[in-house]
Amino acid sequence: MDPQLEAFLRQVLVGLSIGCYLALIALGYTMVYGIVELINFAHGDLFTFGFFISLTIWGLFDVPTPLEGAWILALPAIAIVVILLSGGLNVVIERVAYRPLRGASKLAPLITAVGMSFMLEAIFAYIWGANQINYPRFIPTTNFLNDFSRIIRFTPRDILLFGVTIPAMIGLTLFIDRTRLGKAMRAAAQDREAAAMMGINVNRIIAITFFIGGGLAGVAGMVYGLYTGSGRFIMGFEFGLFAFTAAVLGGIGNIRGAVLGAFIIGMVQAMSDLYIGGEWSRVIIFSLLILMLVFRPSGILGSTTSVEKV
Amino acid sequence: MTDTPTQGKAPLLHVEDIHSYYGNIHALHGISLDVFEGEIVTLIGSNGAGKSTTIRTISGIMHPRQGAIYLDGAPIHNLPAHTLVAHGIAQSPEGRRIFPRLSVIDNLQMGAFLRRDKAEIQRDIENVYALFPRLKERHRQFAGTLSGGEQQMLAMGRAMMARPRLLLLDEPSMGLAPVLVDQIFEIIKRINTEQGTTILLVEQNALMALEIAARGYVLQSGSIVLSDTGAALLENDMVRKVYLGEVG
Repeated sequence: MDPQLEAFLRQVLVGLSIGCYLALIALGYTMVYGIVELINFAHGDLFTFGFFISLTIWGLFDVPTPLEGAWILALPAIAIVVILLSGGLNVVIERVAYRPLRGASKLAPLITAVGMSFMLEAIFAYIWGANQINYPRFIPTTNFLNDFSRIIRFTPRDILLFGVTIPAMIGLTLFIDRTRLGKAMRAAAQDREAAAMMGINVNRIIAITFFIGGGLAGVAGMVYGLYTGSGRFIMGFEFGLFAFTAAVLGGIGNIRGAVLGAFIIGMVQAMSDLYIGGEWSRVIIFSLLILMLVFRPSGILGSTTSVEKV
Repeated sequence: MTDTPTQGKAPLLHVEDIHSYYGNIHALHGISLDVFEGEIVTLIGSNGAGKSTTIRTISGIMHPRQGAIYLDGAPIHNLPAHTLVAHGIAQSPEGRRIFPRLSVIDNLQMGAFLRRDKAEIQRDIENVYALFPRLKERHRQFAGTLSGGEQQMLAMGRAMMARPRLLLLDEPSMGLAPVLVDQIFEIIKRINTEQGTTILLVEQNALMALEIAARGYVLQSGSIVLSDTGAALLENDMVRKVYLGEVG
């Protein structure tokens, strides 16, 4: 095969994989914005939390590397624990840091979110160290496509990544579209006061939203660790910014928009890594953010007249 | 006040000398009113008289700084808004406040949020459709794409889905074409007689409201200045001059 085409196809897979975990973070960003109109800058740190807390949980057991036999079942079990813990942490953050500011000007919770992000990062650095931390290589990297191409790679790690993130996205979309609670979330996002008139406890709906958003970011952090094999206390900051860009690109508050935006960012990063040079990727992605904010602030899927919500 | 057929019974809703504020602005200066089971009671008055503030205070969106509100004898004035539906109060608020990016049927289901009786909910949806056939035609559409009159029907249907004992209707005729106004009032009367729902109706259209109401209260600058049966208020000189726009 033409090596140029092979390199291109490899980057398509890379772009999809970046898009997958960015999407999980962006979903929480956009859901929270949709309902409380807060850009939760601490959201990316839940991703880091998922990375570290899963690392700590694995460390409690004598796990073979790579995983074998019954240990494979530890993956979903630990993922569930990570979702509960990171979702729970996000609920606590909302309760202590954001809810008391519900009636205040929008700037107050925004600044609080930035402060919360710094605080979480400092705590992570204190507990887990400030260096790049290695994540055990539980999942092998044998390339399924070896006979076909040595450049295009598709490994068990990719199966894990796609296998976790894509069902999570579909599940969340169905939940929000179809279920009674999901509809109540959308109702509360569209008109909080009217939702209360229906008997919907809006505080509880907001807590559920933070729980789901935190859980998705946390499990994304765990999958990221398994996928890339390392991470650092500060990484949530950058992933958070990328995910924020993805959410704005798709139309902040819009669930499908967040997923679309995440895959666009993933693709842009993968392609600019190949054709322009990795050092330019951030410049290009954030230029995209600025262009979007200038020319179409409501995003690709957002309506032009009003900001689309959950 | 003339005698009414409801005297002697305990009221379903009893509002006692409530004072409500927007920040430091004193909006309600001691409102007292009663609504008895099965009645349509209307609250009329000009713009800014405090009609919507009264409704918002009864429904728990605002809390009175002074005074009390009782539903069936139990105090409700300190309860958060979302708990009042369970007590039997539902409303079609001022400005309709339908959920624009939920479908018509989802809006109706939100009205029944606290109910778990799926079959009964389905039956009530059919009832709402029977009352407002336009909603059935558009049940899959986003509510935001409906016309003003259809949105009003949806807001009323949505409130009925809670099967309230007391239905609060805030300006249901606002911004509607005259032919639709007649239709809406006709339906309000039907909800009251056919389903036995007690209704507190806030209206600027005093004539129409008094025609269907058993009793009425006239609100002026946050105080009740007059109360009587609907028929008597229609004959009242002050009401005729100020609210029915009659000259002389």
